[in-house]
Amino acid sequence: MAKKDSFVNMVVTLFVITAIPAVLLGFVYKFTKEPIEQAKKIKLSNSIDLVVPGASTAEINQFSVMPETGKDSLTFYEVVSENKIIGTAVQTYSDNAFGGRITIMVGFKPDGTIIDNDVLEHSETPGLGDKASKSKSDWNSQFKDKNPKEFNINLKKDGGEVDAITAATISSRAYIDALQRAYDAFIKYYTNSSDIEESLTIEEIDEQIEQKTELETNDTEKGGVE
Amino acid sequence: MNQWKNFTKGLIRENPILVLILGTCPTLATTSSAINGVSMGLATTFVLVGSNVVISLIANMIPSKVRIPAYIVVIASFVTIIDLAMQAYVPAIYETLGLFIPLIVVNCIVLGRAEAFASKNTVVSSLFDGLGMGLGFALALGILGAIREILGAGQIFGIELMNQGALVFVLAPGAFIALGYLIALVNKIKK
Repeated sequence: MAKKDSFVNMVVTLFVITAIPAVLLGFVYKFTKEPIEQAKKIKLSNSIDLVVPGASTAEINQFSVMPETGKDSLTFYEVVSENKIIGTAVQTYSDNAFGGRITIMVGFKPDGTIIDNDVLEHSETPGLGDKASKSKSDWNSQFKDKNPKEFNINLKKDGGEVDAITAATISSRAYIDALQRAYDAFIKYYTNSSDIEESLTIEEIDEQIEQKTELETNDTEKGGVE
Repeated sequence: MNQWKNFTKGLIRENPILVLILGTCPTLATTSSAINGVSMGLATTFVLVGSNVVISLIANMIPSKVRIPAYIVVIASFVTIIDLAMQAYVPAIYETLGLFIPLIVVNCIVLGRAEAFASKNTVVSSLFDGLGMGLGFALALGILGAIREILGAGQIFGIELMNQGALVFVLAPGAFIALGYLIALVNKIKK
């Protein structure tokens, strides 16, 4: 039957039995590393493509922006097609949701109009708060093509123009909180175009100059409308 | 014939969920839909078969005082393999099951079969035992998931059946209610 319970026996057995799986798992990790990264990339690019249509064929500049409120930075995915910014996908969050943090991807046109938006991660109650997600209901399509500048993105009971999810006011408020955070950071970032110089890498310096002129024209256009 | 017995006993007669009532934590938590239940069951089956085979192979070489940590290392290795593989090839399912895949390590069924069966039986018997137990687990999770999905969301495998379901079945209380009635039914049939 089993080996004797001597000290040496136990140490050697445990050593061997942990060493072999360690080596094997190293190979498994190496083997699955590529597909895992691929899967994550596909998921990210799908969510960017959803909120900024055409992103899959365009160039994407990724950078982080610190919002005025909140603990963590937001990730901006600037979609550039033919040297023109066609939209910016912002990955934003709110910690006020019913189940903790809710992460949302929202796409803005250069003038701040919301193109589309969807939930990336959440832990809301199934059947109630999870209706904020596109796969469960079309609740979040009421933000589509709305500019938060003219459209008050607050719940009707908070004096805004948005219908809350039935029986999930907290989730709806958190969703709006995340949207508002993204919008504020977006507006602040693009009216302060000097920030761009810091966030782009040296290799992108040529692009950067083009973008900057592009942005400035955008800004003046916007100023004209106002 | 003996192997056939080893295989089938896990399906109904000694079904880990419905008769032995082992591993109820992942059962209650991951059966909010049929597909989640079945995926969780199949992941556990893979771990059970792998760990049963390896443990029956090495059981004689392990001093009995350190057998539990040794078994846990073997089980954890298989769980890590399935964890990485699911992340790589079925990311959507991995996302919904999330934390419960790593938690297969501490699933009572896996260690229970290792200790009660694999360490005392031959490799082939252990293989069939693991397969039967695993599929029994998957079957129970699938049925429970299907009941909860039909009653709670009015659909099955994403296909719409009814317009609206009773929300309680998607939430935690529904899991307990459904599991309780399912166990009662199995007990009734067995008598």
